[in-house]
Amino acid sequence: MDVMKKVPVREQDAKERACNFEEVCLGYTKEEAMEEASRCISCKNAQCMKGCPVAINIPGFIAKVKDGDIEGAYEILSESSSLPAVCGRVCPQETQCEGKCIRGIKGEAVSIGKLERFVADYAMENNIKPKTDVTPNGIKVAVIGSGPSGLTCAGDLAKMGYDVTVFEALHEAGGVLVYGIPEFRLPKTKVVAKEIENVKSLGVKFETNVIIGKSVTIDELFENEGFEAVFIGSGAGLPKFMGIPGETANGVFSANEYLTRSNLMKAFDEKSPTPIKRGKKVAVVGGGNVAMDAARTALRLGAEVHIVYRRSEQELPARVEEVHHAKEEGIIFDLLTNPVEILKDENGWVNGIKCIKMELGEPDASGRRRPVEIEGSEFVIDVDTVIMSLGTSPNPLISSTTKGLEVNNRQCIVADEDFGKTSKEGVFAGGDAVTGAATVILAMGAGKNAAKGIDNYLKNKNRG
Amino acid sequence: MYKIIEAYEMVPNIYCMVVEAPRVAAKCEPGQFLIVRTGEDSERIPLTICDYDREKGTVTIVFQTIGASTTEMAKLKTGDSFRDVVGPLGKPSELIYKSVDELKKMNILFVAGGVGTAPVYPQVKWLSERGIKADAIVGSKTQSLLIMEDKMKEVSNLYVTTDDGSYGRSGMVTKVIEDLVAEGKKYDLCVAIGPMIMMKFVAKLTAELGIPTVVSMNPIMVDGTGMCGACRVSVGDEIKFACVDGPEFDGHLINFDEAMKRQALYKTEEGRKLLEYTEGSTHHGGCGNC
Repeated sequence: MDVMKKVPVREQDAKERACNFEEVCLGYTKEEAMEEASRCISCKNAQCMKGCPVAINIPGFIAKVKDGDIEGAYEILSESSSLPAVCGRVCPQETQCEGKCIRGIKGEAVSIGKLERFVADYAMENNIKPKTDVTPNGIKVAVIGSGPSGLTCAGDLAKMGYDVTVFEALHEAGGVLVYGIPEFRLPKTKVVAKEIENVKSLGVKFETNVIIGKSVTIDELFENEGFEAVFIGSGAGLPKFMGIPGETANGVFSANEYLTRSNLMKAFDEKSPTPIKRGKKVAVVGGGNVAMDAARTALRLGAEVHIVYRRSEQELPARVEEVHHAKEEGIIFDLLTNPVEILKDENGWVNGIKCIKMELGEPDASGRRRPVEIEGSEFVIDVDTVIMSLGTSPNPLISSTTKGLEVNNRQCIVADEDFGKTSKEGVFAGGDAVTGAATVILAMGAGKNAAKGIDNYLKNKNRG
Repeated sequence: MYKIIEAYEMVPNIYCMVVEAPRVAAKCEPGQFLIVRTGEDSERIPLTICDYDREKGTVTIVFQTIGASTTEMAKLKTGDSFRDVVGPLGKPSELIYKSVDELKKMNILFVAGGVGTAPVYPQVKWLSERGIKADAIVGSKTQSLLIMEDKMKEVSNLYVTTDDGSYGRSGMVTKVIEDLVAEGKKYDLCVAIGPMIMMKFVAKLTAELGIPTVVSMNPIMVDGTGMCGACRVSVGDEIKFACVDGPEFDGHLINFDEAMKRQALYKTEEGRKLLEYTEGSTHHGGCGNC
């Protein structure tokens, strides 16, 4: 074994998986996990933990894996994370824990994500549950949204003894884990549902089909339903479009719509009553993780898929692993290319996307080189479906119905970074509703901090 | 689960259901909609709320069977349950924000077509409860498909018309608008709800007559909460999302032709699903032989 290299993880063959929705990465066996764990040098001043938004005791759990004590490893993981099986799959480890790993200086970092996933999956398969010896304090806290930030906040508060109810607008709990991230990256029944069961086993109640701001307002939760604090983890909102001609043509979808149909409504399965357009040639506009998810979903539904992105490969915001997987599966990358118009036939259906070639100029405010149009370089990509994956703008339903809740000029809820405190008493917020579209783990970190903030707030309030 | 207190077929293929949904009933206002799901894997179906009882915690919905999902819904009986009911969604009708004095000074005309009578009803009823009796035109293809005539009569000055002249006045709702105006009626506002094609022609006529007009759009939706963007409609130069910005918009600014094309987006898939649902897996298109 080469200690400089990661123990390779088994994956479904690229050609095979391009035609199914089964998980791409198959994960470690116990032997492989123990071997990979032995690469960890148990740094005293563990840098990896500093890279983790929820500060998991990484060397601690890896040491247990090294000894073959997987149950012990799970116990350490679940102290800090309510969703280890999710994080092990979707966290951008390369820029977080693994990005800081000392092993990574000379060789490859320890595969912390894959180890986390192994431990969490092992616990699920062997029915090992997080410890639940809490004394209920009877204080009611409402959590709005059952995505990563809400689940984390709810789980942590329940562990402290609070009586937590999670309100979810959709018919199923999980937020972006259910409607956004596809089955082939994050299995719904096998992984997400089980993680939610674990949060329920901590005593957290879930009420689906409740839209805060419509079904009930935050003020009413305080006044009529006896809640003493509220956490807003309502996630990102309305999809952005480019504002180019032809965007309302039939066959133009937001990535949110395309993915929600496939993931939440199971439209990838022909038996589902919810339809989805199985395009023959699909252009996905954008270069983030959501764009990769939409592209790989369209590919699995039988299409030839192009990623259309205005900057170069270096600037792709998606995780390297996702880009790599997408390429392996046969996604075509049209980089330094920007759409200027969506073409449609006489019946209003998409029949092409007119693009212009770009080149990189001087760095812009984001520090990335600004893409500049190359005059006269317009060309048409022949497609019948266009999926816009350009990010989202915050949903106004809560901010517009909650008196005294401050939002910034981007309409995101203003909350302090340390504890998620908002301008309204007793109301905390975190995740995409505060930051705009970001990652699962950052949302979880915000949920965790807000749980601490809520605990401090309620202790002070009930003392005074 | 959301219990169905009452379910019946009003006229062929149009059904009425009273459903227990306390959170929706407590908060909904005229003009808003809800989303229902029948079973574990069912579609999310958006429907405008037809009536509500805050004390009993119930809402009334009226729907027409069109595809597989509405056909499945129609099979539900009194005592059965919906798996999911969520709402209220969308913005209420702007009428409810006006003062009664202001409303009393206005001449409002409601125009309903077919199953669109159901979403018109709560608005007219709301006005009637405040002592305002508005004019209402209800259009139906033929007498046997006319719904809610008695209920509408209680709360409005009702004009019924049928396309084939089998009952009431004869002809399209637009003809009745023209007739009423010719008879000397003056209107400050028209609220038209019905099939897209009806709303298009009502809006075209009222633009000529100079009557401000509100229409209620029912585009394709998935979540209905401002997430998927499927429900976007062109209103003037702007793109609006019917689920959070609507469903009611200025009828004179809507691009109806585009909205109608967008409504037909899944026609092929929906047709196949319906055949599959009604005939089993024997024949539902896609074989290439027919």
